[in-house]
Amino acid sequence: MSFDPIKTLTSRTVVLRQENIDTDQIIPARFLTTTVKDGLGKSAFYDWRYDEDGRPKNSSVFNGVNPATHKILVAGSNFGCGSSREHAPWALSDFGFRAVISSDIADIFKSNAQKNGFLPVEVDEETHKKLLASPGAEVTIDLENCEVTFGDGEKGSFPIEAFARRCLLDGVDPLGHLLNQAPEIEAYER
Amino acid sequence: MSELNSSPKSLFDKLWERHVVVEETADAPAVIYIDLHLIHEVTSPQAFSVLDGRGLKVRRPDKTFGTLDHSTPTLPANAKGELPYATPEAKIQVETLIKNCETHGIELLNLGDPRRGIVHVIGPELGLTQPGKTIVCGDSHTSTHGAFGALAFGIGTTEVGHVLATQCVLQRKPKSIRVNFDGALPDGVGAKDMALAMIAQIGADGGQGCAIEFAGEAVRNLSMDGRMTLCNMSIEAGARFGMVAPDQTTFEWLHGRDFAPKDLAWNEALADWMELKTDLGAGFDREVHVDAANIRPMITYGVSPDAAAPVDEMAPSPETDAEHHAADYMQFAAGKPFSDVAVNRVFIGSCTNSRLSDLREAAIVMRGRKVKAGVIALVVPGSEAVKRAAEAEKLHEVFLAAGAEWREPGCSMCIAMNGDSGNPGELVVSTSNRNFIGRQGKGVRTVLASPATAAASAIEGHIADPRPYLFARESA
Repeated sequence: MSFDPIKTLTSRTVVLRQENIDTDQIIPARFLTTTVKDGLGKSAFYDWRYDEDGRPKNSSVFNGVNPATHKILVAGSNFGCGSSREHAPWALSDFGFRAVISSDIADIFKSNAQKNGFLPVEVDEETHKKLLASPGAEVTIDLENCEVTFGDGEKGSFPIEAFARRCLLDGVDPLGHLLNQAPEIEAYER
Repeated sequence: MSELNSSPKSLFDKLWERHVVVEETADAPAVIYIDLHLIHEVTSPQAFSVLDGRGLKVRRPDKTFGTLDHSTPTLPANAKGELPYATPEAKIQVETLIKNCETHGIELLNLGDPRRGIVHVIGPELGLTQPGKTIVCGDSHTSTHGAFGALAFGIGTTEVGHVLATQCVLQRKPKSIRVNFDGALPDGVGAKDMALAMIAQIGADGGQGCAIEFAGEAVRNLSMDGRMTLCNMSIEAGARFGMVAPDQTTFEWLHGRDFAPKDLAWNEALADWMELKTDLGAGFDREVHVDAANIRPMITYGVSPDAAAPVDEMAPSPETDAEHHAADYMQFAAGKPFSDVAVNRVFIGSCTNSRLSDLREAAIVMRGRKVKAGVIALVVPGSEAVKRAAEAEKLHEVFLAAGAEWREPGCSMCIAMNGDSGNPGELVVSTSNRNFIGRQGKGVRTVLASPATAAASAIEGHIADPRPYLFARESA
């Protein structure tokens, strides 16, 4: 499996200030009765975007968000907590997002996102505050150099696990790497 | 004795070392071998599609077991034998797992199988879950199996594909935390209360990505059901693993189960399992102490599991933006007792609290009493085996006589994707694990609690302290 490689991403942000945005917010469980990965973008943040009768909410932060120009989510800490549903990064990707930046991204969500070419970026508190305070700002995520750059030239760095970074830069899922370990796996099984 | 063998190790270190196929390097995570892969209908279809698309086989169907739980109805089939699926897609999802298991030679606990149930209930129940094993499932509550001294964790669908194809996952060894529950639990307080008290103390991200070992007197004294409840909730503190060192309680519980080792193999396994404990002097990245002796029955009042407090307290005043947001949603009046909050539904079930002891606990409270008029109470056993055992004790008659519904096994209202859900605005006291906005249905307000607290709330029609019910029975 492969996806579009990410080296740098320059885009406007959509800011979700809340902490602990769980995967039930990202895609409610009633949309999980699918057997495919495609087409989940319409269900992304569904209950934030639509009211009980399915009409778009006037107050939704997603109103006017153009996926072509707003590819970066900025969220409060512990983004993606809760379930292991990979439908969460699938839905965000299908909606048009390519990355989320927070001070702290939940463990399983982060792992799932990285395997689908959706970039989870964990920045320091100061950078996070500045991002939260500037919705719609244009920022650049440079995965080669592990830096987030603001329009004013200010930069923040971010750590990312080396192997996940390599997979994102190359646009590959790690299955190939694991399949190459077959001799070692066979030896372990003996 | 070599240097390596003499340095004290934690339970986690030992479990990890036993399963390293390839050591981690600066460039790549470790390759970790998986002893047991549990699959269910929701998070596996896309993994099988990837496998089939690449022409790959399931490497170890003998180490893979499937069950149906998330999308399955908890109401029985109609006269024509048709199950009341929530949507046609749910039925297709179930049929897809049945087909995938057939194609790949995987044993499936299919609909009608007397062993079927919630994945984290059936694994232990069948003795598939054992000390020392690595166990994964495309489900975040896989940490439940850590109660047996297993290294158990939830994975995403891509990783489900990795395990199907290679029986391995890529992992970096995470940081470790030991959570010590000091002192003995007071009467009327249980594992669910311990879990909520811990999460309230360390936060919903307090264990982010870490391996937690639960230790201390209160943990040692827990039954296996209680240990499963505690480990189940590890993920609600963000942890990847939660575990308890196996002991006599564990061994007695496992002995004689379908897939547990037999005869000579049992003795060999036992000798090995005895090694699975943290050595004196082993280091942890962090030690947390929870005052178990002072835990009271706990409930949640917000929209994250760390917004938890003793049931006999008052709703706190919101301060941060997040707290205001949660308070607006939950509509708890600040400064008013939690017992003022009216209840519309009660759900007793889920991989957290649907085992026999959970149902017994609820039955103690409900026996001879009635669910408050207007309150809908659902009791959903975790497995067919739990259902049979409960019915053998006539617990179902207690629930039915009280006016509660007695359903077929499944995840039901915990994830509310099978048609079991609340209506907008309703307040549900639930023995499940997540109080997220909309988790139990659009606009539903969820209060997490133990089976006893949920049952007491069903009887009183508002959030209620279970202790008077529990103590009354004890002295009677």
